[in-house]
Amino acid sequence: MVKKKYNIQEHGLVPEHLKLSEKEVKDLLERYHISLKELPKISKKDPAISHLNIKEGDVIKIIRKSKTASESIFYRGVINV
Amino acid sequence: MSIFTEYKNKLPRKILNEVKEYTKGMSEAKIKKVLAATMEEYENTKVEPGECVGVVSAESIGEPGTQMTLNTFHFAGVAEMNVTMGLPRIIEILDGRSNLKTPMMEIYLKAPYSQGKDIRKIALSIKETLLNEVVSEFMINIAENSIELRMNNEKMKELGLTENNIISSIKSGIKGYNIRSSKEAIVLKSKTKEETINKVYIDKEKIKKIHLSGVKGISQVLPVRRGEEYIIITSGTNLKAILELDYVDSTRTTTNDIFEIQKILGVEAARQSIINEVFKVIESQGLDVDIRHIMLVADTMCNSGEVKGITRYGVVSQKSSVLARASFETPIRHIIGAALIGEEDKLTSVVENVMLNQPVPVGTGLPDLVTQVKK
Repeated sequence: MVKKKYNIQEHGLVPEHLKLSEKEVKDLLERYHISLKELPKISKKDPAISHLNIKEGDVIKIIRKSKTASESIFYRGVINV
Repeated sequence: MSIFTEYKNKLPRKILNEVKEYTKGMSEAKIKKVLAATMEEYENTKVEPGECVGVVSAESIGEPGTQMTLNTFHFAGVAEMNVTMGLPRIIEILDGRSNLKTPMMEIYLKAPYSQGKDIRKIALSIKETLLNEVVSEFMINIAENSIELRMNNEKMKELGLTENNIISSIKSGIKGYNIRSSKEAIVLKSKTKEETINKVYIDKEKIKKIHLSGVKGISQVLPVRRGEEYIIITSGTNLKAILELDYVDSTRTTTNDIFEIQKILGVEAARQSIINEVFKVIESQGLDVDIRHIMLVADTMCNSGEVKGITRYGVVSQKSSVLARASFETPIRHIIGAALIGEEDKLTSVVENVMLNQPVPVGTGLPDLVTQVKK
């Protein structure tokens, strides 16, 4: 494939996406008393996480830039769609 | 700054920065007091569990929405370029429509070009040029079954096209013709002798649409000055192709097509774009809606990992309760569908409980008695 000249992660609309480790996922789900299914979802093919080497069932931590809180953290579970 | 690290995960970054700013030069004990007071205030302003935020958002966006204009807005200077604004645009975004009435892009440029260098040339090179724009006359020669194209040389020069460029574009655009250039025209002669006039006529219409140069989908370009720099506003969008161009600032260039953003930059970017677009409309109408309401709507739309509109095909179809779905639109279809597969309704949300005359799990109706099973 031809290498893309632009980098999606650098785009102003795209917040930082990070992959959580297994322990972090466990802590997160315990903290909110939820199961993985109840998290908001993100597709495995989402272009913003293509560089992360992810599989179904991983949890992505998203550090959003917010107008009201300057920085807010959001989590999404990876689904296979 | 060890006092602040304790609050790092408790207070939002913005508030913490403000506290840091105001407490400069104070003693550590005093700062501690300020932080504790801030924390208490922050906890008080949080939304209570059970608060029906969705209804509050709907009313907060809906009420000013009644005062919005219903027309499209014309861009000053360029006649053919309109922008959908006001209520139609809001409906377009929240319904999650993928075919926009007025797709648009804002192209930011890299350093030397953003100051106006070659701005006209760049704008023209982005604009999609079709064959019929550089041809002044199409002629069909019935005796020879051929099409003759009289070129508009001025226009060609302006766009930086040569006859050879055009011939090779035509060659890849249509099959079954021999192409040669004569003194003042390009002649397409049918290879097969027995071609009917009808076929030649259809082909003539077909070649009008052959793509010559520029980016596909960009039908209008308009360089404008915004603040300190020049940007290009286009009508028609093609984010992927534009981002790949060398002189384009690929960190700020955007489109107003949310589905295109989702496809190329991901859901999170699409969510941000929904917020920006809705807020832009509300702001331009001189209305004041708290951005948090819009954030909530955008979060709901992007919850499933892709953009879903607030329609019966989008967000509503994902509700777990049959009765809730039936209460929105097309009730009979939902109830029949649920009956056919034996769906169960756990009555955990609002609408279904209203229907059955039970307390709704909102506000003080939310807490419930639960028996702890002994282990």
